[in-house]
Amino acid sequence: MSSPEQWTHPEPGAGPAATAAEPTPEQVIAGLRATTEGGAELTQLLTPEGERVASAQFDPYVSDIDDEALRNLYRDMVLVRRADRESNAMQRQGQLGIWVPLLGQEAAQIGSGRALRPSDMAFPSYREHGVAWTRGVDFRELIGIFRCSDHGGWDFKHHGFHPYTIVIGNQVLNATGYAMGQKFEGKVGDDNGEATIVYFGDGATSQGDVHEGFVWSAVYDAPVVFFCQNNQWAISEPTERQSRLPLYQRARGYGFPGIRVDGNDVLACLAVTRWALDECRHGNGPVLIEAFTYRMDAHTTTDDPTRYRLSDELEEWKLKDPIERVRAHLARGGGADQEFFDKIDAEADSFAAELRDFVFNMPDPPPERIFSNVYAEPSPVLEAQRREYLSYLEGFAGSEH
Amino acid sequence: MAAPVKAKADGATGAVQNLTIGKAINLALRTAMEANDKVIVLGEDVGKLGGVFRITDGLQKDFGEQRVLDTPLAESGIIGTAVGLAVRGFRPVCEIQFEGFIFPGFDQIVSQVAKLHYRTQGGVKVPIVIRVPFGGGIGAVEHHSESPESLFAHVAGLKVVSCSNAVDAYWMTRQAIESDDPVLLFEPKRLYHSGNLRAEVDTTAKPAPLHASRVVRSGDAATLVAYGPSVKVCLDAATAAQEEGTSLEVIDLRTLSPLDLDPVFESVRRTGRLIAVSEAPSESSLTSEIAMRVQQECFYSLEAPVLRVTGFDTPYPPAKLEEDYLPDLDRVLHTVDRSLAW
Ligand SMILES: Cc1ncc(C[n+]2csc(CCOP(=O)(O)OP(=O)(O)O)c2C)c(N)n1
Repeated sequence: MSSPEQWTHPEPGAGPAATAAEPTPEQVIAGLRATTEGGAELTQLLTPEGERVASAQFDPYVSDIDDEALRNLYRDMVLVRRADRESNAMQRQGQLGIWVPLLGQEAAQIGSGRALRPSDMAFPSYREHGVAWTRGVDFRELIGIFRCSDHGGWDFKHHGFHPYTIVIGNQVLNATGYAMGQKFEGKVGDDNGEATIVYFGDGATSQGDVHEGFVWSAVYDAPVVFFCQNNQWAISEPTERQSRLPLYQRARGYGFPGIRVDGNDVLACLAVTRWALDECRHGNGPVLIEAFTYRMDAHTTTDDPTRYRLSDELEEWKLKDPIERVRAHLARGGGADQEFFDKIDAEADSFAAELRDFVFNMPDPPPERIFSNVYAEPSPVLEAQRREYLSYLEGFAGSEH
Repeated sequence: MAAPVKAKADGATGAVQNLTIGKAINLALRTAMEANDKVIVLGEDVGKLGGVFRITDGLQKDFGEQRVLDTPLAESGIIGTAVGLAVRGFRPVCEIQFEGFIFPGFDQIVSQVAKLHYRTQGGVKVPIVIRVPFGGGIGAVEHHSESPESLFAHVAGLKVVSCSNAVDAYWMTRQAIESDDPVLLFEPKRLYHSGNLRAEVDTTAKPAPLHASRVVRSGDAATLVAYGPSVKVCLDAATAAQEEGTSLEVIDLRTLSPLDLDPVFESVRRTGRLIAVSEAPSESSLTSEIAMRVQQECFYSLEAPVLRVTGFDTPYPPAKLEEDYLPDLDRVLHTVDRSLAW
């Protein structure tokens, strides 16, 4: 299988058809996907079968992860998945306007999120419910977005978790600016340094904002970790519709390191993100991480993946489930027994039930909400509109309106 | 999902078809692509998926990947490359997935699409169509329900139109593609698949001019002017008002830039009253422009000031509040009452 390197330095006699300048479409796809089988470029610490793989570079970053810590990561992933599945079901029942599933991306999100310190800042896209969890943002705080009753109201400074961003790529520049601020305030340079992480998808890498974020962060040495969850699809468009090159390799062109991690391996995601954040804390950022993972559900509840996706692909990825491999590892090494797994399942059940209860009883926002917080300072035009509309509504008081 | 409607220039499926707005646009694209192989469709997910609203359903299957491009995910890229393609002689039809995502492409629209013909003293034509699903009422999250059309109407060099029914949806798409100027087509997304708005589209009939507004219901007590999704609201309001003996005239603006206000002036001279209805915020908007021009042209005929029913001057609220935000029948009738009481 031809690696992208060979497009520019072809091995004599390697493979058919490709010339240095022009790989065949099959080779482009093969290059982008070469690591689905766990190629040399993929950082992995736990195989899909749950076997621990040694890594001289990354083991030190998870030396503190004993069985208990691993059980906690397992718990994170199970609870987040259960909340995700429950939310998906609630959308089907008309309780949520839309849901954006994270199924399959639990390890990428929990691993990277748990690598952060309270003083770090995370800029999510719109699928980062697992990262939100690691930042202490409760599902109840973000589900209003999907019930369409608010735009997300958590205290972002307290949580170190920026509001969700739906416009693809916007947050990458925002994060870069934030990281520049950390640098300008002298908060980088040693073990106690601060860092920023920003999440985006493989599709997003085509947006100008993302490229500009790469350029700016490089030019200003901003302490920012670009965390790309390559879940293989941007709605119906596969990664090869965005790039000829494995995404992590793009970093080199901007002058900073890029690394591809097995996004279904929570331990590797934790280790690699800790390493990257560490680079940033010490003033050696930015870093691009490509977490190689898979969106096991639809893009959103309004999407129909049967129109574009092969079911074989899904079946193949199910074998790499991020939760199952931790479970297998814990069970095999005696790190957890059946009682533990049952306890977590029970906890997940009640967590989901509480969430459901919360959503079903969630009040609608009052009409005043339309007018509040548009500006930090009062606007006379808006104040007049607010008064006029509320008095119009009062005209219906007592009627059925 | 029904099979894509196949129209043949020879009328194999008949010249008259009963279509929703969404299907009418699909048929228009198909017909234009059959007629001219320089017409290409580009956008995110427009190929296999048929677009998130399925408006381009089946086109890639029939015309191939070089005529229906699933583009990388970048609006500046979609519009900027369309400019180059147009310079090369193509007639690109860009799909923007939701109006809230047009802004990464705003620079290209304002700086290149709108100005290239002028800058080259007519040397370069820019026959680009940019299709933009817009407006609220679909219960969506942020950025999926906005009405930014005034921002584009304000830009010299662009033509901006909006359809409110299947016949216009078909013909506006075809006429926009045939136009040598860049045209932004704002499509009322919540009406795409509305069965109530199915209409007989006669693909051989002579269409109304692209840049002309039209009286869609006559009346004499007051005039309502609207475009896109608000036209239906106004027509429903006029029906309700009629039951109470008030006859309202409704004008579908159709063209937002250039504005064709002659039918509005004529109507206001008869009714003496105008209410402009739009989902967009009101400040510095199309409805502002309409009000200004009507007071200038119809000053002595006006029995009441021009009034508006619009979205508020706020970002689009969480969708649980969109019933409050969007002009609805009650707010329109309330404003009619205010006008009549003047
Ligand atoms: C600027 C912009 N254009 C289009 C969209 C519509 N849209 C929402 S998600 C999406 C695909 C994103 O894919 P990717 O970046 O890979 O992230 P994923 O959802 O797969 O995590 C698109 C096209 C948008 N939100 N913003």
